[in-house]
Amino acid sequence: MKENFREWSVAGALLAVLVALRFLAPGFYQAQPLLSLATREAPVLLVACGAALVILSRQIDISLGSQFGVVGVCIGLLAGTGCPAWLLPPAAIALGALLGAINGALVAGLGLPSIVITLATMVSWREGLRLLRQGEFVTLPDGLQWLGLAQAAGQWTVVLSALVLLVLLALALRNLAAGRFVYAVGSDAEAARLAGLRPRRVTFLTFVAAGAFTGLAAMLNLIQSPQVDPKSGTGLELKAIAAVVVGGIAISGGRGSLWGVLPGVLLLACISPALTHLHVEAYWEKAIQGGVILLAVVADGLRSRRAGKGQS
Amino acid sequence: MSPPLLELRQIEKSYAGVRALRGVSFDLRPGEVHALLGENGAGKSTLVKVITGAVEPDAGAILLGGRALARLTPAEAHALGIACIYQQPALFPELSVAENLALRLDPATGLRRVDWKARRATAAQLLARLGAPIPPDAAVRTLSMPEQQLVEIACALGAGARIVIMDEPTAALTQREQELLFKVIDELRADGVGIIYISHRLGEIFRLADRVTVLRDGESVGTCPAGAINEAGLIKLMVGREVSQIYPPRTGAPGAPVLKLEAVGCSVSGVENVSLEIRAGEVLGLAGLVGAGRTELAHILFGLTPATSGRILIEGGAKTIRSPREAQELRIAYVPEDRRRHGVILEMPIAHNATLAIHRRIFPRGWLRDRAERDLTLDYMRQLAIKAAGPEAKGGSLSGGNQQKVALARWLATQPRLLILDEPTQGIDVGAKSEIHRLIRQLTAEGIAVLLISSDLPEVVGMSDRIAVMRGGTLVAELPGGADPHAVMAAALGQGGKGEAA
Repeated sequence: MKENFREWSVAGALLAVLVALRFLAPGFYQAQPLLSLATREAPVLLVACGAALVILSRQIDISLGSQFGVVGVCIGLLAGTGCPAWLLPPAAIALGALLGAINGALVAGLGLPSIVITLATMVSWREGLRLLRQGEFVTLPDGLQWLGLAQAAGQWTVVLSALVLLVLLALALRNLAAGRFVYAVGSDAEAARLAGLRPRRVTFLTFVAAGAFTGLAAMLNLIQSPQVDPKSGTGLELKAIAAVVVGGIAISGGRGSLWGVLPGVLLLACISPALTHLHVEAYWEKAIQGGVILLAVVADGLRSRRAGKGQS
Repeated sequence: MSPPLLELRQIEKSYAGVRALRGVSFDLRPGEVHALLGENGAGKSTLVKVITGAVEPDAGAILLGGRALARLTPAEAHALGIACIYQQPALFPELSVAENLALRLDPATGLRRVDWKARRATAAQLLARLGAPIPPDAAVRTLSMPEQQLVEIACALGAGARIVIMDEPTAALTQREQELLFKVIDELRADGVGIIYISHRLGEIFRLADRVTVLRDGESVGTCPAGAINEAGLIKLMVGREVSQIYPPRTGAPGAPVLKLEAVGCSVSGVENVSLEIRAGEVLGLAGLVGAGRTELAHILFGLTPATSGRILIEGGAKTIRSPREAQELRIAYVPEDRRRHGVILEMPIAHNATLAIHRRIFPRGWLRDRAERDLTLDYMRQLAIKAAGPEAKGGSLSGGNQQKVALARWLATQPRLLILDEPTQGIDVGAKSEIHRLIRQLTAEGIAVLLISSDLPEVVGMSDRIAVMRGGTLVAELPGGADPHAVMAAALGQGGKGEAA
């Protein structure tokens, strides 16, 4: 409990909001809209998982939203060629991993700052899509939506796959040597190198993994509608990074766990529907999101300041 | 007798329920060097922070020149002539010496025109007073550590400081640089400045101090004139028990050669033509001044900057070591200097730190074995007497000595045959120091070869079976263990002790 105080506190905040909504806006609790909300947020959760990995290793990837767009469009086009449906998810993952590998190679291989590299790839991919599609949607073949299942079953599939992946990644981070390396490199890359680890390889692989998660997120997004918007994923990287930070992962790397990311995503996600039910204008959504992020960062700052004292 | 410059009465300070200072009284007279001693965690840093206004005491009184102060903020402390010189100078590396001085000394008004001539003149004058041959226009980043320290002292002088606190000022200095600093201290003292001097090096204390105060567990256990006490007495006060022998005796005879270097060099780090041999169960001391190439040699052996010439033989076979990973496979371990930065990972728990280099054992078939990790960590915590709440305690929460032991545990877990220790006792307290010495003996008794890099001359002489001395990137002498420290120093400085050291 004490060890995961930060994760529990986000979960507690989420619970408090949900309880408050129970009394202030009982209309919020309707099965179908809630399931739709969860389905819409499932891809965000996966992108946030990827962003969390990169941030834990003390890097940042702001191109994830653009990667999401590229994978969505490419997989949509691939589906249009009559490619069998079972091949689409692995293709999405592989393409995402490839895009991540480009970032990773530039950051780890050349030692360049990730904020600049991923800014460049973010703009490049997005503008590339604009040139390629000129804003035109990609129409998907029939039967791809909800993978041919009934809508509710399809929605549950999307939500559960995202949750299972989150749990697997969280367990892997704790129990695999590779997970330990991510924390070590994120805390102190030089110390990790002196301990015989290979920080550059670790950094490279976190970018690849973030791309793979984003690719899969794009896949889970794609099956939710009959068309792919080439602008999809715009601003998604910020949403994901915000959820990661709210979830208690330190932006300075090496600290936090994936368990906080789920309540982080949900907390930010339920703001918009909550406002609707509270009859507050939707314009407030971003401001409140900003407030939540600020609160999380300030709380972390105060906590680490307190932890920093008391040593002689 | 003149009234004290500074007097602290019954100062109390607690952090989150832990009492860091329990009614400490302390005073400083004009023109005296008052040494402050104590093991790490005894409360020295907290006391310094009280004096500089960085922390507010819970109880007690601060008197300056006999006048009680209701409150003391860092800005007030500065204005009242209290200056602190830290181990690592806190200067702006990209700015010039004059600019650094001006930043501290000029009352800052952002829009005023800068009088460059006056700034340079002030800087030159202050530096001249210290006898420091530093050009005021030099960028601070181009200065050596002792030069930067002198700039710090110049800042204190320029601010008209009457009370100067020096926190381990000699930790990064060579013998000659230390002498220079001591001269400056003598001059400050002659000017009536009071100096609070913190150091773990007892020799310096006796060279400099007029009085000594020893802190233990947040309490002052005694203040006395430096002439009225000897080293053993001081150590006894600090640890609260008798340290029977400073250096434990050697046991057993060295075995077969573990590592042999034949004319090894590295063009990147400037190490040339080093030939030496280390045997199993032996401590080879590596002495020399800072910058003589000792750490650089360790980096060659650990694959951080691979050798570009010569041959490295391990148990008779020629090997190349191109990365720390390869070094580890050859069972070479390196506990680096500067553990605060790269020895332990401060944000990680002890357990993760201890097992970082042996993940193959802790993650068999890729999956963590919690029990194995916990058992191994507890085992080392017991063996090395690591004082911590438990295996989950963060590296950053430990004292320097315990951090060093965690770094040691990480490498012992790899079961090395050659252990390179780079300044293993720098900046740690006397008690932890002798524990580390005992551990080194224990390890060599188990057949591990130890390469001990240390700037602490008595330590090298007392611990080593043989002493290799480096100067200017190469080996210049090899002496037997227990050799006359003066001979070691003479070799490190070069014949006659002149030339290279400057």
